[in-house]
Amino acid sequence: MSKQQPTQFINPETPGYVGFANLPNQVHRKSVKKGFEFTLMVVGESGLGKSTLINSLFLTDLYPERVIPGAAEKIERTVQIEASTVEIEERGVKLRLTVVDTPGYGDAINCRDCFKTIISYIDEQFERYLHDESGLNRRHIIDNRVHCCFYFISPFGHGLKPLDVAFMKAIHNKVNIVPVIAKADTLTLKERERLKKRILDEIEEHNIKIYHLPDAESDEDEDFKEQTRLLKASIPFSVVGSNQLIEAKGKKVRGRLYPWGVVEVENPEHNDFLKLRTMLITHMQDLQEVTQDLHYENFRSERLKRGGRKVENEDMNKDQILLEKEAELRRMQEMIARMQAQMQMQMQGGDGDSAVHGHHV
Amino acid sequence: MDPLRQSPSRSSSRASSPRTLPSEMLGYVGIEAVLDQLKIKAMKMGFEFNIMVVGQSGLGKSTMVNTLFKSKMWKSTMPGLGVPTPQTLQLQSVTHVIEESGVKLKLTVTDTPGFGDQINNDKCWDPILGYINEQYEHYLQEEILITRQRHIPDTRVHCCVYFVPPTGHWLRPLDIEFLRRLCRTVNVVPVIARADSLTIEEREAFRHRIQENLKTHGIEVYPQQCFDEDINDKILNSKIRERIPFAVVGADQEHIVNGRCVLGRKTKWGIIEVENMAHCEFPLLRDLLIRSHLQDLKDITHNVHYENYRIFRLNESHVLPRGPGWVNLARAPASVPAPAGPQANPGPSKVGGWAKDNSDEEC
Repeated sequence: MSKQQPTQFINPETPGYVGFANLPNQVHRKSVKKGFEFTLMVVGESGLGKSTLINSLFLTDLYPERVIPGAAEKIERTVQIEASTVEIEERGVKLRLTVVDTPGYGDAINCRDCFKTIISYIDEQFERYLHDESGLNRRHIIDNRVHCCFYFISPFGHGLKPLDVAFMKAIHNKVNIVPVIAKADTLTLKERERLKKRILDEIEEHNIKIYHLPDAESDEDEDFKEQTRLLKASIPFSVVGSNQLIEAKGKKVRGRLYPWGVVEVENPEHNDFLKLRTMLITHMQDLQEVTQDLHYENFRSERLKRGGRKVENEDMNKDQILLEKEAELRRMQEMIARMQAQMQMQMQGGDGDSAVHGHHV
Repeated sequence: MDPLRQSPSRSSSRASSPRTLPSEMLGYVGIEAVLDQLKIKAMKMGFEFNIMVVGQSGLGKSTMVNTLFKSKMWKSTMPGLGVPTPQTLQLQSVTHVIEESGVKLKLTVTDTPGFGDQINNDKCWDPILGYINEQYEHYLQEEILITRQRHIPDTRVHCCVYFVPPTGHWLRPLDIEFLRRLCRTVNVVPVIARADSLTIEEREAFRHRIQENLKTHGIEVYPQQCFDEDINDKILNSKIRERIPFAVVGADQEHIVNGRCVLGRKTKWGIIEVENMAHCEFPLLRDLLIRSHLQDLKDITHNVHYENYRIFRLNESHVLPRGPGWVNLARAPASVPAPAGPQANPGPSKVGGWAKDNSDEEC
């Protein structure tokens, strides 16, 4: 079979058409059958509208019977991790979405330890994946690694708080951070622009690595390029979440009803909800890739470097132990060979002595 | 203006005089003219009012103060980039004299930037408590002098407005700790800040939960129930207590709405009018602080909180060990600098003698 230049043979009827242009379709069909997995983590102080936003984004009710704890209970609690999984299907494509919530973050008076739990959770998922990957049965690895973290910034401050900066610096090498300004309906347009600029400046000042949308390829169409450019210019997204249907201007929209007007969730002039949703959907694959290629590989190389000294992880030590055992085996063999050689010499030397010598060994 | 000619019905709305026979029956004496004399004196002297605003940065404290007194007390802009957030809590006071219809008000506003902004907010209320007690101490020192000033400058905090962030859920542990400690020392008025992020239903639910929280923890905010003097007070104050904490929005920009010029915030989906009761409860806060309860705030500060402090100080200089903010009551001779913190006591008997003499004088 002769391989021809693909650009010259697009028409299937043309002689020499091989047909591997069909590969993307095959991949598509396979992945549709397999379904997609995505893990999203939401972090932010309580009362910023995280749950409402997640419900609005995926048009589900992930938290049906939610009891918001009172302040007295909050004092004793530490940060907890709650993961809820939901299977969403749209036009035959299955998405297994896991949302990891972090209630208790930022609630306590002293928040010094509040992100330790979160970091150890992320590391644990990486650890588990590493373990599965190094194991024997690699067919059904469940990917629970956190692919994206929405970090909710309060719109009431003047930018990032010390806690925000400390947390983002602690996890920016482990997970893709997407900063989101919550409850954006409390800001006028000017205030919003000011706050966004302020946050971007502070992120740069503290060298925090947030997730950057990849530039559109040069061969994509103009619309896509324009869309990507708009998305990039709007980071961090300022969003409003709601699942209530309000009647406005004759049609039913999702929004929030105030005495002075209606804030529409899906109106791009009111907030960036649509942009956030577009970004999440069109870049879901890219988020997973970056997690796999960058964050996971970082974690893996760190782990393997440290591996010899740790006792808990058996896999790392097995190779070491094998090597050691082999070395020992070789040593024993050498010793036996030496003894045998000596015995030979003794035997040649004299009968009685060899027995004595033999015992010495 | 002949005081004798004026009709008796012009007296203040809250009649506190005991039951007397109507003066027409016995002949008009003219005692009520005393009210006018008081008024003239008060207008000459002017009023003082000290208010403190506490809350996390960005909750609109400076804007709220500007809106309350309709003047630019503060530049309500964000701090510039590169200015680090204060590592410890620093209190800043600004004093202005504002005048309206011949009545002068010397207004002091104390701001608390950096409150609740750090990662570790433990004991962030200590500087605030220290400041309040320091003002009481200054007043006390002036009061116990042998030759006192005619009019002691009053820097005591009359009212502390606490800004609760509009999470919509409950009071945070930080809020509860702070309120618990402060309501015993000063009049505290909690408000829900930036209330334009809550719908009306969310507002009511949040308000109920906060009231529940306050009751559970035994926090008595202003107007305190135990200081209601008579039935009129009770009715008036109960109405206020039902609506505490007020959901307020602050704005210092004017916009044109229906031909009127109003203070408000302009967004793409509407204009939030600050003085419109349907939009937010700012008028209630303003009425409470300025129009109806200003004198009451000062009276309670003077008669209750300051007296508590004074009793505590006089007692402790005898027996109790020094606590935070303890100041040596005895004015030591010139070598020792003015009391500002725990200092070596020159001699317990001397202090005790001084204090005892004082209490004899005062009582």
